[in-house]
Amino acid sequence: MSNAVTAVSASPATNDGKTVPARLVEAFVGRLVIIIPYLWLLFFFLVPFIIVFKISLSQTAIAMPPYTPVLDFRDGISGFFAGFGELNFDNYAWLTQDALYFNAYVSSVIIAGISTVLTLLVGYPIAYGMARAPASIRPTLLMLVILPFWTSFLIRVYAWIGILKPEGLLNQLLLSTGIISQPLIILNTYTAIFIGIVYSYLPFMVLPLYSALEKMDHSLIEAAKDLGCPPASAFWKITFPLSLPGVIAGCLLVFIPAVGEFVIPDLLGGSQTLMIGKTLWNEFFANRDWPVSSAVAVILLLLLIVPIMLFQRAQARAQEQDK
Amino acid sequence: MNATWSRFNITSIVLGFAFLYLPIVLLVVFSFNESKLVTVWGGFSTKWYVSLFHNQGLMDAAWVTVRVGVISATVATVLGTLAALTLTRYTRFRGRMLFSGMVFAPLVMPEVITGLSLLLLFVAIGMDRGLMTVTLAHITLTMCFVAVVVQSRLVTFDRSLEEAAMDLGAPPVKTFFQITLPVIMPAIVSGWMLAFTLSLDDLVIASFTSGPGATTLPMKIYSQVRLGVTPEINAACTILIAIVAVGVIAASVVNKRREVQRQLDEQAAQRG
Repeated sequence: MSNAVTAVSASPATNDGKTVPARLVEAFVGRLVIIIPYLWLLFFFLVPFIIVFKISLSQTAIAMPPYTPVLDFRDGISGFFAGFGELNFDNYAWLTQDALYFNAYVSSVIIAGISTVLTLLVGYPIAYGMARAPASIRPTLLMLVILPFWTSFLIRVYAWIGILKPEGLLNQLLLSTGIISQPLIILNTYTAIFIGIVYSYLPFMVLPLYSALEKMDHSLIEAAKDLGCPPASAFWKITFPLSLPGVIAGCLLVFIPAVGEFVIPDLLGGSQTLMIGKTLWNEFFANRDWPVSSAVAVILLLLLIVPIMLFQRAQARAQEQDK
Repeated sequence: MNATWSRFNITSIVLGFAFLYLPIVLLVVFSFNESKLVTVWGGFSTKWYVSLFHNQGLMDAAWVTVRVGVISATVATVLGTLAALTLTRYTRFRGRMLFSGMVFAPLVMPEVITGLSLLLLFVAIGMDRGLMTVTLAHITLTMCFVAVVVQSRLVTFDRSLEEAAMDLGAPPVKTFFQITLPVIMPAIVSGWMLAFTLSLDDLVIASFTSGPGATTLPMKIYSQVRLGVTPEINAACTILIAIVAVGVIAASVVNKRREVQRQLDEQAAQRG
């Protein structure tokens, strides 16, 4: 202790009265703030992707883990480079040969695209209504939109099974009121997947839309109205363009996870519907083919890399504006 | 009433909220159903709650889920807060682009990809799958959500408070714990709650990364749903919803009270 004190007092004081060791400690602590989360994400987020890529190039084997290793450092650096000759792209070739995978990718993108548009159509009036609501009740409305997000995703999807079943609540209601005479078959169809995605992702759409619409200056609309602009064209010329950042953020927040969605197509879509998240899951858990499921994941990631980068840019821009 | 809040606005809000809440309400209602069918009302009964508590498998899974949730949310809150500080305070360092990319990408990354890649990491480093691997996976996912929540608070933080403390001679670390931390505490608490519910909720990543003896509640519910829909699952879901609802409402009441107190303090300060 006394040594430390003498060391500190002996070190030359800098202009703002701090000693060199104290500054070093501060700088080190400052670095730690960056280094700890950085290393964590590198190891648990980035490295796993490299491993997925590596295993997608290996061969299936009946073993645990069920693949033959490639690009191993066990034989030293030379062995690592020799491994390049043995890389096999069979898993990717397999993905192109079997139409199942191609169809699954295409139908996932289409389903996610349609669901995103539907979510926007459902979410926009809600967000608009919230933004126009009296300021005193806006926080309550906002909490009511966020609250379902806190309850389990699985539970919310499960709840729809009881509603959409052939003998479910929706059909009971429609049959008893005489609107239909035959029960509607909705569960285990693509319609059920659309309903499930719109329902589950609605808060993700409403929140960015609301924050864009709330910032809007409503006197612009009144000015347009005073100048004789009909409400519909005032909406398309003023409100919608101003809410565009919210529309883009909301659509990306719905579209990207929806493409790889597993729970909704599995529970509501049944076995007849095709989506890539379900294909990957089955490849992994039912067929235990780790290399092929890795290849499926790599292609899915490549498919999503552009939307994900758009999302990053939108996030970064929003952050700049907040400052 | 605001003049611009038209009948159309009110209708769309009412319909929207009905759409959001009706399925959950129906789920809760049918957990009290006497009949074994989840869609035909057979009278009021709490028997499914009784049988739920005698279902050892579900109870074990619930205990696993709570342990994973508390540990992962706590570690994720620390890491996420550090990440948020990095994002807002250190605007220039090498690899910042990569860092912000790694914080934002997990928010939208399909869970099947995250789950698969983490599993392959655990296999590659020879780690046995179980409670530990699920917890590590959940930390990685949820710390990014915590980072976003805390970051949004830090962006609006008045840095002159910190500068004043440092001018008065407080070292940066002390300044952080005495000034910055108390101010951003509400964001940290809601970050923790978000992390905990996300962990409580996750099926896909847990299915990939867990092993024998570490079945979480969503995994258990999922496997039961696949066998058929029973009111017992409705009862389990209702309890989960109740826990989350109580937590969220309590947090908002505490927040509101603190806000009122702050306003009173400000008024008192202005009056001198």
